[in-house]
Amino acid sequence: MQSRIFLVVCIAVAAAIFAFARWLGSEYLFFAGYVVVQFVVLATAWNILGGYCGYVNFGSAAFFALGAYTSVFFHKTYPLPVPLLILLGGIVSGIVGFGMGYLTLRLRGAFFAIATLALAVVLQTLIINWNYVGGSRGAYTIRPPSIDILGATLPYMQYLFLLMLLLAVVAIMAARTIERSRLGFGFATIRDDELAAEACGVPTLRLKLIATTLSGALMGMAGAPFPYYIAYIEPSSAFGLAYAVNSIAMPMIGGTGTWIGPLIGALLLGSIQEVARVTISSAVNLLIVGVLLVSFVIIAPNGIVGLVQDRLRARKK
Amino acid sequence: MDFPVELLINAIIAGVLLGGFYVAVTVGVSISFGMLDIVNIAHPAFIILGSYLAYILNSRMDVDPVLAGLLMLPVFYALGASIYQVYYVSFEMRGREALSGLAFFFGILFITEVALILVFGVDYRYVEAAYIGPTLRFAFVDLPYRLLVPCVLALTMLAVLQLYLSRTFVGRAIMAVSQDQGALALMAADPIKIKRIAFGISIATAALAGAFLIIIQPVEPSVGREYIGRVFAICVLGGLGSLPGTVIGAMILGIMESITATFYGPSWAPAVSFGFLLLTLAFRPSGLLGR
Repeated sequence: MQSRIFLVVCIAVAAAIFAFARWLGSEYLFFAGYVVVQFVVLATAWNILGGYCGYVNFGSAAFFALGAYTSVFFHKTYPLPVPLLILLGGIVSGIVGFGMGYLTLRLRGAFFAIATLALAVVLQTLIINWNYVGGSRGAYTIRPPSIDILGATLPYMQYLFLLMLLLAVVAIMAARTIERSRLGFGFATIRDDELAAEACGVPTLRLKLIATTLSGALMGMAGAPFPYYIAYIEPSSAFGLAYAVNSIAMPMIGGTGTWIGPLIGALLLGSIQEVARVTISSAVNLLIVGVLLVSFVIIAPNGIVGLVQDRLRARKK
Repeated sequence: MDFPVELLINAIIAGVLLGGFYVAVTVGVSISFGMLDIVNIAHPAFIILGSYLAYILNSRMDVDPVLAGLLMLPVFYALGASIYQVYYVSFEMRGREALSGLAFFFGILFITEVALILVFGVDYRYVEAAYIGPTLRFAFVDLPYRLLVPCVLALTMLAVLQLYLSRTFVGRAIMAVSQDQGALALMAADPIKIKRIAFGISIATAALAGAFLIIIQPVEPSVGREYIGRVFAICVLGGLGSLPGTVIGAMILGIMESITATFYGPSWAPAVSFGFLLLTLAFRPSGLLGR
């Protein structure tokens, strides 16, 4: 499918989802839907580095929280419209991603993974000690009840949901474009055999830096509207382990290496968790994610997409 | 105001004691990450598990926490050996350590933490023993027993391990397995079996480290996360796979953290380990005593 047609399809689907949610008219749907779509963005972002290049990022929560706290900072200094905040959050997280990558990506992959884990702890320490954005007390970011766009009045929650939907379209488009470009092939060579790629003249360090920056920026963008969604933000919720584990589990369960894997994983796991949060408890739903992650990497390492491909191949024979 | 020398000396001594404890926490990762190339980021979770088991034994049956740690050694050894078996069959054999293997350990870390929260809640738990509380004093120098006991025992554990690794056949085989598996197989030693033993030992050290941890401070399930950065910082700083390097790294980090906590406040301490980790990775990735 051509990129332009694909973009039109994506926007049509997003518009249909939004219209459907409005037709159902339940506020809760927007609250729950926001979280699921946010995970679509996070999982797709993780997959650009993890799935395409094979470098594991455990610090998704850190990039996400950076975006969120960028918004908090501007909320206090000079309130800006949310789309602009999304852009700013993306820039800040992208810069941090680049710096991280520059320091650790010349080494073995494991070092990068460990450094990202530590990054989350340290950024959290910094935020806890930074009084201006609330420190460990947290900060209130009250969202206005509604907003006027293009002459229509939208409840603010629906506005945030719409923005997140558009962001998901952007993320998926970016991932799909990368997959089919020279850049994506370069990423794949790194994943399959970095030494051989380097020997063939693939500029591996530069490609890896592009991937970390892009992936970090998208995570930051996903985090930027979060303070307005949650209305009260504090470090341990913004840096919650749930973000780190979900953004790894969703692509791994859906299937890494293609744009559709993280999408399937995020929709599936995200919905299961929203249901489990309401019906059981929020601790149990995290346990479900952990157990699913471990069983999938052991039993079906290529995720749901891999399972489906195997099934199709078996039928052809 | 003149510079508080006594405070500084006390901070350094507390740092050395803390560093001794960090040796116990890190030695397992030194073996798994440094010698076996298994990036076991779930190690801190096993330490917390050890703390909670020590807590149960202590509060229900009044067992001394250190004794509890010793009692848990065989259990943790078996746990480690079986985890390695799963890891080998699912990832090493298929050549998937890099992505799936890391995700596997991350999943274990996560499951352990959430399971502990579900069973015990997020309250801080602590143990009781005669040496938690009193302090040994020389002039103005304080040596709290609750730090001194883990420090001495941890260094003893390290010495025993170092002797084991350098003097016995299995120990030398463990050191060799990271360098050349094929050559080891020619010596009639099964590399997989050697790795299983080594990983078992590495997890077994977490039992003792867990007992030490709960002696030093009250424990709740998410404490382990702070130790991930710390453990790998020490491991990389000292030089991968070098036990003496681990001691040096642990001492440096312990002293730096203790000084930071004393002069700038404890909420800054976690940032120290990360700073060290990044600096080491950027300027000397092979560590101080690296090969």
